[in-house]
Amino acid sequence: MTHQEALLTLTLRLGDDPLILGHRLGEWCSKAPILEEDLALTNMALDLIGRAEVILRYAAEVEGKGQTEDDLAYRRGERRFYNHLLVEQPNGNFANTIARQLFISAYESFYYTELMNSKDATLSAIAHKAIKEIKYHLKHASDWTIRLGDGTEESHHKMQEAINELWMYTGELFETDDIDEQMSESGIAPLPAELFGKWKSLMIDILSEAKLSLPDEGFMQTGSRQGVHTEYLGYILADMQYLQRAYPDAKW
Amino acid sequence: MEHIDHLKVFETKIEQDINIEAKDWMPDDYRKHLIRQISQHAHSEVIGMQPEGNWITRAPSLRAKKILLAKIQDEGGHGLYLYSAAETLGIGRDELIQQLHDGKAKYSNIFNYPSLTWADIGAIGWLVDGAAIVNQVSLQRTSYGPYSRAMVRICKEESFHQRQGYEIMAKMMAGTAAQREMAQDAMNRWWWPALMMFGPHDTDSPHTGNAVKWKIKRQSNDTLRQKFIDKTVQQAEVIGLTIPDPDLKWNEEKKSYDHGEINWNEFREVINGNGPCNRQRMSNHIKAHEEGEWVRKAASAYSNKQKLRVSQ
Amino acid sequence: MENVKDTQWPIWEVFIQSQPGTPYKHAGSVHGSDKEIAMQNARDTYFRRNEGTSIWLVPTDCIIASNPDDAEMFFDPSNDKAYRHPTFYTMPEGALNI
Repeated sequence: MTHQEALLTLTLRLGDDPLILGHRLGEWCSKAPILEEDLALTNMALDLIGRAEVILRYAAEVEGKGQTEDDLAYRRGERRFYNHLLVEQPNGNFANTIARQLFISAYESFYYTELMNSKDATLSAIAHKAIKEIKYHLKHASDWTIRLGDGTEESHHKMQEAINELWMYTGELFETDDIDEQMSESGIAPLPAELFGKWKSLMIDILSEAKLSLPDEGFMQTGSRQGVHTEYLGYILADMQYLQRAYPDAKW
Repeated sequence: MEHIDHLKVFETKIEQDINIEAKDWMPDDYRKHLIRQISQHAHSEVIGMQPEGNWITRAPSLRAKKILLAKIQDEGGHGLYLYSAAETLGIGRDELIQQLHDGKAKYSNIFNYPSLTWADIGAIGWLVDGAAIVNQVSLQRTSYGPYSRAMVRICKEESFHQRQGYEIMAKMMAGTAAQREMAQDAMNRWWWPALMMFGPHDTDSPHTGNAVKWKIKRQSNDTLRQKFIDKTVQQAEVIGLTIPDPDLKWNEEKKSYDHGEINWNEFREVINGNGPCNRQRMSNHIKAHEEGEWVRKAASAYSNKQKLRVSQ
Repeated sequence: MENVKDTQWPIWEVFIQSQPGTPYKHAGSVHGSDKEIAMQNARDTYFRRNEGTSIWLVPTDCIIASNPDDAEMFFDPSNDKAYRHPTFYTMPEGALNI
């Protein structure tokens, strides 16, 4: 694989995660448990979509076919999306959303810390900005994990269930393929597999403070690196891409 | 101990345009009127998140999505500021929400209309926020301090809302035939409800008397409505939209527009629960509130436990 | 513990410092179940537009306000003490740096 092809896949992977997660968090709007939390979830959604925008813009530049970030977000087919399966999972109840956020923000906090040192100046600059947002998302998610885990019996049960349900989508975060190897060798991006130890020990700390238990490693879902997703992604894209697809000549 | 004539102090302050503050003595009816008006205003901001929220997942570009999310979030923030202002009058947000769910408190009628196409997002920003801001600018000078300060903050933040709506309309009017048709259709559906936002004619408005005397309300419904019409007609013309009112015409003598009669029957029906979306808006709000209960309780329980742990 | 009541949580007053060195100014209030949640809520509510660099939070029920009925005796006595202000004094013409 050429360097350019590998970099394009990497940037799509990095851009699709915040695009899809931001979309999901946007679905919370006007539905949060309390007004203050509505604003908080939207702030995260805005951070994520902002990040998706700059990364996909860079992906379009790397691709070099004159596409824009919007073309990549709104005209790309489902099998060419590379976000982790975790982020496309439905919002569920508040505990599901918090568990999803905890897993991904913890992962991103380690990934983007490494990415700040990228030899690719654009990615490094993006990482410097993103890491501040990610740290806040992680703090928000872990504070809530602790409150739900150590709140009422009902909240403890719901939080534990959410952790258990989403656990099988966490293995994918650390999958490492040829593209990651190639990018790592060129000093552009970290190897996801190398982040697992830190991630797991952080999870142990947070979940134990929350009086929750860490699930066994168990079976892990996979597929997004090949663009194979859960059924949920198709519906996200059907919503998201509707206007651009229905009125291909229109500018909005 | 010298006797203080509280009513006189209050009335003097009102007369001299000195704000009334939370701890100041105030007539019961003044307090009641404020709670009713501020909570209705707060509920409107919060329920108003729904018609726009309906398009977040379908916003047609990343830029549009960010703007829409930020705007709806602002509405939530403004609801929050207003609930806070109402809370200074001695009523809790729990109770205010309960009043909304019980149908004892109202919210603006406009949010009982559906947002059907992307152009509706333009029309809501331009017309609905445009009408709201005319009212809100006037309310910055309202006599109750916490309400007035909330309005100042809100007006500052809302200044981009109307512009983003107008930008959407302008872009669509400069776009394809299908987009122009969508934009005009949204204009046709939102124009009259937007005019109704200012409330009944001054001659039919039951609350105006005291509200004006106490300077809670600084300008009348008809005055504000006229202001809105006069500034909006020109904006419509610039981008080629037609105002759906055959009786609309410039009146050289009064230097403003005459307009056709508003359908007050429709206004009353929607207020009384028969708008296209009344039930949907309210049941969404109740559902979110109920589904959030275990979360709110969990946080309270955690806080109680922490306090116990500290004290032990 | 399980019979905890459903509320909108306690209220906190939010004070914002717009930039380092400037005084903290009251911005409004938020609800929060405890100080960490209240702090995040204050941040998410009052810092959407780069409004500042620091937050003070005070539980609303800890605010002690002066009684409006005392306003005259509290505040009026200081409005006739012009000699506390620099403009009260006449300086000889030509004196510098004073």
